[in-house]
Amino acid sequence: MAKVLTLVERDAREGTVRRSACALLTLARRLGEPVAVVGGAPPSGEVIKELSRHGATEIWCLADTDQAPRATDTDLLAALAQRLNPAAILIASTSGGQETAARLAIRLDSGIITDAVDLHPGPGGEAVAVQRCLAGSYLVESTIIRGVPVITVRPEAALPEPHPAEAALHTIAVEPSPHRAPRVVAIPEPRAACPTLDHADIVVAGGRGVGSRAAFAVLADVAEALGAAVAGSHTAAELGWVPSEARVGLNGKTVHPRLYLACGVSGSVRHRAGMQGAKTVIAIGDDPAAPIFKLAELGVVGDAQTILPALLAEIRARRRPHDPDPDPDPR
Amino acid sequence: MKIVVLTKHVPQAIGEVSFGPDLTVDRSAVRCRLQDADEYAVEQAARIACRRLDVQVTALTMGPSGASAALRTALARGADEGVHILDDALHGCDAPATSLVLAAACRRLGFDVVLCGTASTDSAMSVIPAMLAERLGVPALCRCDTLRTDEDLLHATRDDGAGVGTENLTAAMPAVVSVTDRSGEPRYPRFEAIADARQKLVRTWSLADLGIETTHVGLAAAATKVGKVTRAETPPATATVTEDPQTAAVRIADFLTQQQFL
Ligand SMILES: Cc1cc2nc3c(=O)[nH]c(=O)nc-3n(C[C@H](O)[C@H](O)[C@H](O)COP(=O)(O)OP(=O)(O)OC[C@H]3O[C@@H](n4cnc5c(N)ncnc54)[C@H](O)[C@@H]3O)c2cc1C
Ligand SMILES: Nc1ncnc2c1ncn2[C@@H]1O[C@H](COP(=O)(O)O)[C@@H](O)[C@H]1O
Repeated sequence: MAKVLTLVERDAREGTVRRSACALLTLARRLGEPVAVVGGAPPSGEVIKELSRHGATEIWCLADTDQAPRATDTDLLAALAQRLNPAAILIASTSGGQETAARLAIRLDSGIITDAVDLHPGPGGEAVAVQRCLAGSYLVESTIIRGVPVITVRPEAALPEPHPAEAALHTIAVEPSPHRAPRVVAIPEPRAACPTLDHADIVVAGGRGVGSRAAFAVLADVAEALGAAVAGSHTAAELGWVPSEARVGLNGKTVHPRLYLACGVSGSVRHRAGMQGAKTVIAIGDDPAAPIFKLAELGVVGDAQTILPALLAEIRARRRPHDPDPDPDPR
Repeated sequence: MKIVVLTKHVPQAIGEVSFGPDLTVDRSAVRCRLQDADEYAVEQAARIACRRLDVQVTALTMGPSGASAALRTALARGADEGVHILDDALHGCDAPATSLVLAAACRRLGFDVVLCGTASTDSAMSVIPAMLAERLGVPALCRCDTLRTDEDLLHATRDDGAGVGTENLTAAMPAVVSVTDRSGEPRYPRFEAIADARQKLVRTWSLADLGIETTHVGLAAAATKVGKVTRAETPPATATVTEDPQTAAVRIADFLTQQQFL
């Protein structure tokens, strides 16, 4: 059976396998024999175990040398594409993954499909990728007809399914390509517990519906547990629940987070002006007719005052380190 | 210092776009304009030009005849001249072919920096900047929130994309830089600048001008093949649910886990 390469993402701080890596292995299994590719430093025993548990039959990493700079993920995947002639190469569609995939497609003279939300084998066993195009209004199925298919996949495209296998660890010596990556001159400053609103990846915002200053403190705890910034609507700022710098909307801040959790916010025109750029919106509010629900991918109709404490407890329980149940799947 | 700014002419309302019989975007049926993402790139170029004397900014687009409107917008916002790559053989280009053509044009123009947006609104692939860099053999600084130029170095900051924090980057020119919508709001051009833009030079190049064979680009050369296009019944699943606080909390946490926020 043809091999399907998956590029493993590891947590930048902990070095542990990201959920996306297990999801890619699960998808790869539909198309062939799943092979995990680990760039950078060699994988730890924990990483090898986790990849085996999700079905990797082989794990490939760079032969460890003192060579600086190290070969990039693009160099490594290009070398493995030559060596293993895989049926496809799957990469998580994170910002770094997208860059690796783009360079790889050019180097291999391959076709590329980005942001697949689903993958399945076609009649001839080839990889058929499903994309959600044009603001999600179309589902497009395509295949790659030149080179080794390079496909980036949305991390949430599949739920990781454990499928125990015995993964064999292989190393490969890869000559780094003439170094063209920009040099990182400063190690990322660890993000402050409460990131600044302008650059926050996640924003937790409250409005009048949060109910009281005390309930707003619970909202701030939810934000802290998610590593998010706190924001408020104009009303929340007028009531003194958030400082005026944290006001989102017309005459306030404009934010572009990946996630905007709106609690007790009606979503007036002027508030929406500041948060329409959010990639995903979750809304909690008691009025199902509130305009914020039109923007929300998940809308929960209920009392923010009682949902927030329950949500805080749930998030803390899931964030607990050393979870006794190692299965990341919550269901 | 030579700056090439990529400017793409895209459909104004993405929700109204449909596909033609050959399954490519029907660009003639919709109103198009310079996409927002590229306005930030043009703005960065204009800001660099304000800070040093030796800057020349060329706006570059590849697209059907209407795409020159994107160039006029860029010229009103500070670009000095425009280049429009126009050739019927380009219809249906995939991303590798688009990057092949744009790279040939950048090479012909000469550049210290190629500036562009992070992602197009129509295809939303965000691969062109890195593909260009690979073809041109230069570094790519993708998704920059700030950009500063030195004598011959570029300094940028960006979200590291791994949830840790802000990364400070540096690279020698020449390089490709894509900027985010956090890089600085585009200023609205003065009326005189809009009028003046009509006087600026816009050159039109064909594939032959770039020395590219027509068989290497367009729909026939595409490395991807679209099999099926279906209208999604419901645009991104919106679920509105009414539940007791405990169930609601679990449901939100599940959603957060699924989307990898937890
Ligand atoms: C819905 C849809 C899905 C697609 N899916 C695929 C796919 O899976 N695989 C594939 O190979 N192709 C795909 N394409 C085609 C491919 O996207 C086109 O070749 C496209 O024009 C390439 O640029 P981009 O949109 O990827 O640019 P992006 O990488 O998204 O945009 C980055 C920046 O590059 C610059 N730029 C991009 N194109 C131009 C241009 N023509 N002129 C000037 N500057 C430009 C702009 O500054 C832009 O901001 C798709 C197109 C659409 C509309
Ligand atoms: N006549 C043309 N001249 C130049 N570029 C074009 C032309 N037609 C389409 N393109 C470009 O080719 C790519 C794919 O176009 P389409 O297949 O129409 O979606 C886009 O970057 C278009 O702008």
